[in-house]
Amino acid sequence: MDSLTNYLLVGAILFSLGLYGVVTRRNGVAVLMGVELILNAANVNFLAFARFGGMNMAGHVYALFVIVLAAAEAAVALAIIINIFNNFNTINVDEVSELRQ
Amino acid sequence: MADMVFWIIVGITIGSAFMVVQSKSLLYSAYALLFTFVGVTGLYVFLWADFLAVVQVVVYVGGILVLIIFGIMLTNKITSVNISHASMQKSAGAIVVLGFVGVLGYMVFNTPWVELANAEPAQTAESLGHLLMMDYLLPFEAASLLLLGALIGATTLSRKEN
Repeated sequence: MDSLTNYLLVGAILFSLGLYGVVTRRNGVAVLMGVELILNAANVNFLAFARFGGMNMAGHVYALFVIVLAAAEAAVALAIIINIFNNFNTINVDEVSELRQ
Repeated sequence: MADMVFWIIVGITIGSAFMVVQSKSLLYSAYALLFTFVGVTGLYVFLWADFLAVVQVVVYVGGILVLIIFGIMLTNKITSVNISHASMQKSAGAIVVLGFVGVLGYMVFNTPWVELANAEPAQTAESLGHLLMMDYLLPFEAASLLLLGALIGATTLSRKEN
């Protein structure tokens, strides 16, 4: 468990699963979940380099900023998704292809 | 013992992340995301980031996940439609993503990483606070402005227009 490669591999797998969710899901909320997985993978990498590399506490600060950005992104994205649902009655991202009705 | 706990946490994280992206039901995806976040919290603890582990639980599980479940509830007609969601172009996506994992794994295994023998920090919250107030003051203030903007923007966007 005490090796950098383990954490980097977990981060890589989490990132790839998130990417898979983003590219294959049709539902907007599910795409958002994929983005959250990607951000978590980035955080695992930051903290792994903070623990094993020379980043030290700076890695923790970056991870904290990533969490702040994820919170802001989730709030705005859900507001947009609810707006899309009110206008189109669906949140499947491939059906929303018009700028105005 | 710690070794076993680590691998159990890794299994929970990756298994539930897989559930998130392949589950047929949107609500099951959201619940699986809960276990992913908790598993990542366990990884943070193994990486000596105890303060960030608490922040992860409070912000992700307590905030973002609740927001996502609200989003699911508000954008589906619970009474008439069963909340399911299909994926599209699964095989093409799987091929691309497997290739991605292969490239990343190859890179991870073939890079001669230098692992420094860092000592476990006595307290993380105190040094985090010092860093935020000294070295990273400008990004800290920018993040607070961004949160304010996101707050106002989200309420403005989701408000019903009269």
